[in-house]
Amino acid sequence: MKLCLFQPIVKAGLAALLLILLAGCEREQQATREGPAARMAPAGMPMVDLQPGLPTERPKIANPYEGQVHAINEGRRLYAWFNCIGCHAGGGGGMGPPLMDDHWIYGSEPAAIFATIMEGRPNGMPSFHGRIPEDDVWKIVAYVRSLSGLGTKLLEGTRSLPLQDEASGNLKQGPKELKQYHKEAADD
Amino acid sequence: MTPYRTADIAFFTTAAKSLALLAILFALVAADTSAQDKQGTQAGPPEGASVLPLREHYQDLKPHSGAALPGWLTGKEESRWEMPAKNYAGTRYSTLDQINTETVKNLRLAWSFSTGQTNGHEAAPVVVNGIMYVITPYPNIVYALDLAKGGALKWKYNPLPQAAAQGVACCDVVNRGLVYADGKILFNTLDTHAIALDAETGRELWKTRLGDINLGETITMAPLVVKDKMLVGNSGGEMGVRGWLKAVDINSGKVAWTAYSTGPDKEVLIGPDFKPFYAKDQGTDLGASSWPPDMWRIGGGAVWGWISYDPDLNLIYYGTGNPGPWNPDQRPGDNKWTLTIFARNPDNGQAAWAYQIEAHDLYDYDGVNELILLDLPVNGQMRKTLIRPERNGHIYVMDRATGEVLSAETYAHVNVTNGIDLQTGEPRKVADKKTGLGKAVHNICPAAPGAKDWQPSAYSAQTGLLYIPHNNLCMDMRGTEANYIAGTPFVGAEVKMHPGPGGHRGEFSAWDPVAAKKMWSIKELFPVWSGTVATAGDVVFYGTMDRWFRAVHARTGEILWQFRVGSGIIGQPVTYLGPDGKQYVAILAGVGGWSGAIVPGELDARDGTAALGFVNAMKDLPKHTNKGGALYVFALP
Repeated sequence: MKLCLFQPIVKAGLAALLLILLAGCEREQQATREGPAARMAPAGMPMVDLQPGLPTERPKIANPYEGQVHAINEGRRLYAWFNCIGCHAGGGGGMGPPLMDDHWIYGSEPAAIFATIMEGRPNGMPSFHGRIPEDDVWKIVAYVRSLSGLGTKLLEGTRSLPLQDEASGNLKQGPKELKQYHKEAADD
Repeated sequence: MTPYRTADIAFFTTAAKSLALLAILFALVAADTSAQDKQGTQAGPPEGASVLPLREHYQDLKPHSGAALPGWLTGKEESRWEMPAKNYAGTRYSTLDQINTETVKNLRLAWSFSTGQTNGHEAAPVVVNGIMYVITPYPNIVYALDLAKGGALKWKYNPLPQAAAQGVACCDVVNRGLVYADGKILFNTLDTHAIALDAETGRELWKTRLGDINLGETITMAPLVVKDKMLVGNSGGEMGVRGWLKAVDINSGKVAWTAYSTGPDKEVLIGPDFKPFYAKDQGTDLGASSWPPDMWRIGGGAVWGWISYDPDLNLIYYGTGNPGPWNPDQRPGDNKWTLTIFARNPDNGQAAWAYQIEAHDLYDYDGVNELILLDLPVNGQMRKTLIRPERNGHIYVMDRATGEVLSAETYAHVNVTNGIDLQTGEPRKVADKKTGLGKAVHNICPAAPGAKDWQPSAYSAQTGLLYIPHNNLCMDMRGTEANYIAGTPFVGAEVKMHPGPGGHRGEFSAWDPVAAKKMWSIKELFPVWSGTVATAGDVVFYGTMDRWFRAVHARTGEILWQFRVGSGIIGQPVTYLGPDGKQYVAILAGVGGWSGAIVPGELDARDGTAALGFVNAMKDLPKHTNKGGALYVFALP
């Protein structure tokens, strides 16, 4: 942030560098103040595209945190803290479906994901209504969307889990058959 | 004594068979049918065909090792298969021998049946009085199929379990089987109900809820019926449950007793009869005091595996699962009675002894595997033993009267312990492999599903060998802080599994329990997650996750026959005598379970930590099998 104070006195020869710095400043400012809370999805939010009769325009409900890197990172912390990670793992799934692929059972729109978390879904997704502050749910929504490349992705290096990094590092000096296995798996 | 000489049968099974000999044998056996049938109230096998009761078959067939079946295992009528483990000793051994090392090559598909379900099918079919009973994974539909009519549907029962239960089942929504007893079919649903049906009509006799899915409890195990009680425990070791075993009256559906795995003695049903063998297991209220305050209430020790029963000692045997969370730093202490083998009186649930396999588990090594009851010579003396191929890679041979460990050799690659100290009963843990919060430990062998998970072994009374389906997996593990939210996972670990030494992920091994040594082993591409059955024809059956149903020579491990089924096999094969007097072999196919979760769950292989880290070792499984449950029944032409 300190660099921003020097903006008025930057010389013309540093213009290119300035642009980069400005971009950095803007991102930081965006994250420091959060919008008002409680952007609850309205009741009757449709879960499907199919409607009898002529299709009508659907209201789009924006996620206040969509594209905000700080909020997405915060969403990642909350995703672990509220045990989303226990069922959906690092996005690959387990007890619950994967979140990093492009198959969305109950819709990929921010409002649809928000509703899934708040209301729960019939085949095992619990309802977190009243358990997680709505503001935090929106941050989780932003993170979940980022897992499959929707909205803004996390910065490179902030997404992977530490174990995955270490484990793959370990692989390079691992036993021969282990390398062979991963080579084959990668070929698939 | 029997009117025929059993020694003749020994000769018969090893010599080349002729139709003339077969006819003579059947005539002799048929003459004795009335005596054999005393234990079974139902009609015996049809005229002209019969089978030997286990005990008589076995009498003069003692393997060279001196291993023996328990004296009380006189054997019910052998044409049936009433419970997944076949009998109370858990042998999964049949005296049927029409299908043998000579004839097995002619085995053909007789009929098949779609279960209509796509999750993992781990159950054993049950066959009684010409009817086969099959239970599916969630939604736990029970089918009764009429064998006299080529497997025609006799009745169907849908318990309509709560769909939400799927969200609290850690490792696929499996069910490991139902049981026939007293004219009833008894089983459990994923949403923790115990149910009894009239075996003839499928009418519901009673239905009792035993647990609460909002606490993360489910039921996946096959119950065992002892006297008038159905014994069953909860699943949910990854959900912060408090483990229990309950006895349910099979006539009323009322819970007779509950034995918790953790907590004070009066709730664990530890009283004056309790005599643990080792000092480490002696004391008062250890189930509470070996935990940080109140952590035992959410500490796991789920009961989701196998139970055996010795009617002479009047003791049941079963094990408890892992402590929770997996991150060990959140639960300093011995964490009793997780990873513990209990011997209890089935009448009142009171513990006779307990043996904690490992205090303060570090790797999710649930102690719930099968317990096979055999009498074995140990240092020249016959001992009543139980044999436990344990998740931690050791085969424990224990005195089943006292809980003393007689031997504990490894049957798979283990690098986290240096053997078991038989003086103290404790494993010698390798310090370098200790896991903890924020600490990544690599190449832990065996991995969390163990050298062997739930998939049950069989014992052949003829060869004296155990047949063990197992894994060859190692893992990397890092402890994270687990946050307890009831009804959600309570794990606190990131795991990535990978193949063990050699690169294969599964093995099917024959083990001599007296010599404590592996006789032969078949390496498999994937974990061998199916059960197995051993037969008097010296043929052993098992299935693979890449869709092979195999018959192997019990003495050599040579693959004698195999059949490619529609989906990977994680079920339990059984064999029985059909109403036509022919021997059949049946298996449920349908991949899934923890190991196969990537297929029915359509998990994303890019995340190796998916399915609690199992996906990392199973990335290529979808290339080898699709999902979809079906029953396959085989017979000779």
